[in-house]
Amino acid sequence: MATFRDWLIDDSPASPMQARLGRLYRIFGALMHNPLAVIGAIIIICLILAALFAPWLATHDPLRQALAERLLPPSAAHWMGTDELGRDIWSRVVYGARITLMIVALVAVLAAPAGLVIGVVSGYFGGWVDRILMGITDIFLSLPKLILALAFVAALGPGIENAIIAIAITSWPGYARVARAETLTFKNSEFIAAVRLLGASSIRVNLGHVLPLCTSSMIIRVTLDMAGIILTAAGLGFIGLGAQPPLPEWGAMISRGRSFILDQWWVATMPGFAIILVSLGFCFLGDGLRDVLDPKSGEQR
Amino acid sequence: MRPLLEIENLRVTFPTTRGDTDVVRGVSFTLGRERLGIVGESGSGKSMTGRSILKLVRAPGRVYADKLAFDGIDLSTRSEKQMRALRGARISMVMQDPKFSLNPVMTIGEQIAEALLTHKSLPRREVNDRVHAMLESVRIAEPERVARLYPHEVSGGMGQRVMIAMMLIPEPDLLIADEPTSALDVSVQAQVLDIIDELVRRKGMGLIFISHDLNLVSSYCDRILVMNTGEVVEECRAGELMNATHPYTRGLIASIPRLDETRDELPVLDRSAWAKA
Amino acid sequence: MTALSLKDLDISYGDTQITHKVSLDIAEGESFALVGESGSGKSTVLKAIAGLAPQWTGEIRVLGKARSHGVDRDFSRVCQMVFQDPYGSLHPRKTVDATLGEALTIHGIGDRNARVEEIMASVGLDRKFRFRFPHQLSGGQRQRVAIARALMLKPKILLLDEPTSALDVSVQAEILNLLKRLRREQNLTFLMVTHNLPVVSFLCDRLAVMRHGRIVEVASVDDLRRGDLKEPYSRELMQISAAHAT
Repeated sequence: MATFRDWLIDDSPASPMQARLGRLYRIFGALMHNPLAVIGAIIIICLILAALFAPWLATHDPLRQALAERLLPPSAAHWMGTDELGRDIWSRVVYGARITLMIVALVAVLAAPAGLVIGVVSGYFGGWVDRILMGITDIFLSLPKLILALAFVAALGPGIENAIIAIAITSWPGYARVARAETLTFKNSEFIAAVRLLGASSIRVNLGHVLPLCTSSMIIRVTLDMAGIILTAAGLGFIGLGAQPPLPEWGAMISRGRSFILDQWWVATMPGFAIILVSLGFCFLGDGLRDVLDPKSGEQR
Repeated sequence: MRPLLEIENLRVTFPTTRGDTDVVRGVSFTLGRERLGIVGESGSGKSMTGRSILKLVRAPGRVYADKLAFDGIDLSTRSEKQMRALRGARISMVMQDPKFSLNPVMTIGEQIAEALLTHKSLPRREVNDRVHAMLESVRIAEPERVARLYPHEVSGGMGQRVMIAMMLIPEPDLLIADEPTSALDVSVQAQVLDIIDELVRRKGMGLIFISHDLNLVSSYCDRILVMNTGEVVEECRAGELMNATHPYTRGLIASIPRLDETRDELPVLDRSAWAKA
Repeated sequence: MTALSLKDLDISYGDTQITHKVSLDIAEGESFALVGESGSGKSTVLKAIAGLAPQWTGEIRVLGKARSHGVDRDFSRVCQMVFQDPYGSLHPRKTVDATLGEALTIHGIGDRNARVEEIMASVGLDRKFRFRFPHQLSGGQRQRVAIARALMLKPKILLLDEPTSALDVSVQAEILNLLKRLRREQNLTFLMVTHNLPVVSFLCDRLAVMRHGRIVEVASVDDLRRGDLKEPYSRELMQISAAHAT
């Protein structure tokens, strides 16, 4: 174990693989020194584990209705109580992790690369390309996120898939802005000039040299945005335009619990807790990543 | 006469993942009303030495000294508030790049006036007169016009002269100049240094001139300390630099190309020569 | 044969014209210095030759061939550039190996392993540095990497933009020695921009003094060593340099 660590922190790596792993290890080590980031990471890992092992963690079938057991308070049999149809809330929250994770993952996969490419192209080429792309970006940015998502869902029809598409469409402009700003600072640097002088094509300069520098700020931004994405998804679910019943989506669950909030507080509170916890987790992790990855502060001194 | 500055066994330490690193390792010197040059390469600890006199070493760096006294005042026990009263008024510092040291949203005149008013209260008229007189003494031709300009409207050399005016208007007893001309062209460099030199002589101040440039330091100072890896390796009068004894100093002097260079290869420092000794 | 020939070169940035009718001829194998203060346009001339300042009129001929305004692949095999700041000229996320290998990949040159090792040896970089990132190298080592990158395509001409002004004097000596040796071994042509006359005296054969975008004087380094420059401005620069030397 000690020797593996020595291999990782070796000052003179013998292969590109070792160099890359060494760098990852140093980033990881720095992240581990940040208590909030560790808490955030643990929360996210718990979310992922819950999503993966939902069938084993859940004590009941999340969709099975038992009208005899409606609105029971938390107890040994039902850890978080039951809802108005007698479904076990704990099991629904656990299965809800799958939906939440799917939403954030898909939004990240759809929106981040789109924003990254648009931003880098816009920043690197400048001129009219920049003006057109940034004009479109600004139009999207100037509309309130939730309202825009609402409009899309209204047009496409309610449902979890459409909610994901709507959220992705509303979140790429932010990433494009970040990527463009980063590109502008790097494009006139000497190391980019040096690669151009070696005869590299624009595509090569962008993909091979500018993009990798923007990715770390993009990772930070996406992680920090996750909380907002989860909240938007929950918001859509809450007003009935996101995941449709009987899917155990946290926002939709809160929405249904609203009617009983005074007498049966647990119905709305438990999924609410889950949302807060996961949002916080992403925020903490994002903050930690920012401290570690920020290209301006350097990876280490 | 009491020396202006007495430093004994100054150490500056920074914590790293591999334990504490000493950036300055036991530097001692005294300074009268004279011009002292501190020369060294990057990482020699010369800037940290200058900063620790003003207690400007940022956390997590820590400063220790057996004695750190300015004009009889023990600096090591002074609080941050007491230090602030001393900075500017009695000890001033000119940094490398005027672009980062001047406030971009205040006119030059306002900034110099502020430097004066922080430590003294004077009537408006007198302040203006003194600002203009100060700008004139750093050889700025039209002080009234320049006082109304913003920092981005002046050249680098002019900006550095403004910095010097700002630092010298409270009439400090000691000026610390940390690479004051490294960002400037050679011809402007000479002008700026001549101005510092003249003002220091006229007002009888002490000067600590920190630089990487051996030649520059030896032509503007009375006495020179050569620093390497946090230690003073050589102390001599400026005129006797060519007779330096330490291998590091000698190596450094030899490695500088000359205007009438005929050597085919420049001698390179052999760091192992004295590292063990 | 002339390696580099500039004729009536007027370079502009936007609406401001930086240089006025710059003409120069640099022979193959020669080491030539462009000397001047900041704002004299000396670095701009270098950038125009490299293709990084495409807004110019006049003529730039490289090894007899007229040069286009942009950066092109054929040109990159003939002429390369070393930048002033070793901290800014290396990609912070790429290892030495990746930085050096990039040129080979772009031009489809094989035998990468051997070539990278060979070039590292010739600029005096130990093999253990091969997979380090720039932040794990000292300033002098970074400048060696930058020089190695420029030599990767075996160019004939090297443009040097103040290659040692950001370095400590003892490191400067190492890099100057390295440049001198490489020029001798590979019969390179140097065009160096600098404000440091002693460096010119050590490394160059001829120099041109620039002021306000114009060449005021072209002289041989022997003239410089003897203090035999003709123009008043060149003499002024020389005297300032001499005054600082003890």
